[in-house]
Amino acid sequence: MGKGRQYFGDGLAYLNPSDLKGKLIVIEGTDGVGRSTHIELLQEWLEVQGYGVITTGWTRSSLMSKTIDIAKQGNILDHWSLSLLYATDFADRLEHQIIPALRSGFVVLADRYIYTAFARDTVRSGDPAWIRDVFGFALVPDLVCYLRIDADTLALRVLESNGMNYWESGMDMRVGTDLYDSFKKYQAQLIEEFDKMAEEFKFEVVDARKSFEEIQEFLRAKIQPLLRNGRNRGLTRVPAPAGVEASTEGS
Amino acid sequence: MTSPAPRLVTFGQPHPFPGKLIIVEGIDGSGKSTQLLLLQKWLEAQGFNVFFTEWNSSDLVKETTKKGKKTKSLTPTTFSLLHATDFASRLYHHILPPLKAGMIVLADRYAYTAFARDAVRGVSRSWVRKLYSFGVQPDLAFYFKVPIDTAIARLLGGTRGQFKYYEAGMDMGISQDVTESFRIFQTRILSEYDKIVDEYHLTVLDATKEIEEQQDDMRAVVTKALDHYKPKRGGYGKRSAVFWRRFGIPQSE
Repeated sequence: MGKGRQYFGDGLAYLNPSDLKGKLIVIEGTDGVGRSTHIELLQEWLEVQGYGVITTGWTRSSLMSKTIDIAKQGNILDHWSLSLLYATDFADRLEHQIIPALRSGFVVLADRYIYTAFARDTVRSGDPAWIRDVFGFALVPDLVCYLRIDADTLALRVLESNGMNYWESGMDMRVGTDLYDSFKKYQAQLIEEFDKMAEEFKFEVVDARKSFEEIQEFLRAKIQPLLRNGRNRGLTRVPAPAGVEASTEGS
Repeated sequence: MTSPAPRLVTFGQPHPFPGKLIIVEGIDGSGKSTQLLLLQKWLEAQGFNVFFTEWNSSDLVKETTKKGKKTKSLTPTTFSLLHATDFASRLYHHILPPLKAGMIVLADRYAYTAFARDAVRGVSRSWVRKLYSFGVQPDLAFYFKVPIDTAIARLLGGTRGQFKYYEAGMDMGISQDVTESFRIFQTRILSEYDKIVDEYHLTVLDATKEIEEQQDDMRAVVTKALDHYKPKRGGYGKRSAVFWRRFGIPQSE
């Protein structure tokens, strides 16, 4: 707080981030921990209070989403290309969505952020430094909430919902003989990376095995204090829809 | 960034592979592609196994670059990252395997192109160098130095006739006139190249000379560099066209 918006490393040399007054809130966690459902509810909760909200998701840029899908269909993709594709997607969303929204005072809810790329690349390369350099142009978020789960519980959940896929199982890394073994080993490695980053980057960690309501409550409790400060610094208040009484109205 | 693991930076130190990597750099109209083609002919005529690769040519990102250019939605950073992705993909598929197999790899443009262009577009110089730190250091890097007027005269008088949007730096809004924009943009690139030549000790060739004179100069340098090179024999000669077929590289469609 107070020192203004900052870049993670070598920033966008052509853009001063100091006037980006909105709030950037990140929800991280491995595949299948329920991030997107929580984000939907958070958006609803914030909008009812009258805050402008946009959401942004991993590999969802208009420039790159198709390319990444195509790239993932081929099974020889080196970790540099894969990470650089993610970085391109992220840069496109950062410059076309996130930065304009923050400048206008919106709350940006990011479903995954650079830490996902860090974990995936580091697990593949063993070198955490390069990928962090690559994402040097990213903005440091105001809050990172990490939905933590163990590989065993995760495997069950994923099997119950969509099933395991090639990339979520890290099959490109040849760590296991079949989809299940590979999934478990790969996800355990990712979780280990996330745990290290949780300390390094001061994530707010919540146990994703808790009930859905408990997790949502935890997220709201972490976000709420940011908003009060944010409002005093000019966070956008869009008018609440008719019939909804915004609880923080009054000043 | 403090991290316990060692940095895997390979750019800036000699590579350990038996092959040789020879690259050419220079602005559009410097004649570098012509010279590289002539070098390839000469090497092949001597029986060397040669593999050719060029900037921004991988299937992986070609379509995206095209789309981004068409919708003019590329920013200096996404432009830079797309080219780095292309480079990474070609390094993995087209440069490392032949180098490991002991072939001579010829590359039309290399990371230095990004260092020059991206800096002119306003991207951080240190960032773009870090981006490419996984690259393989070339055994020989030629820079074809040419005055801007010579390059423009060649491009206008040659087969191309027209400058392309991004080549002319039209995205930067320097000038509405394409030729004028090209002149200003490429002049800035020339001055970036001058710094890069010193930083990375590129071999400078005078690109105003006659084609065959330049080629003589180039071949003299290459001959010296290949002094201790032991080509792998036993191949079937030229097979670059079928080199990767059986591995099924992802095709973007």
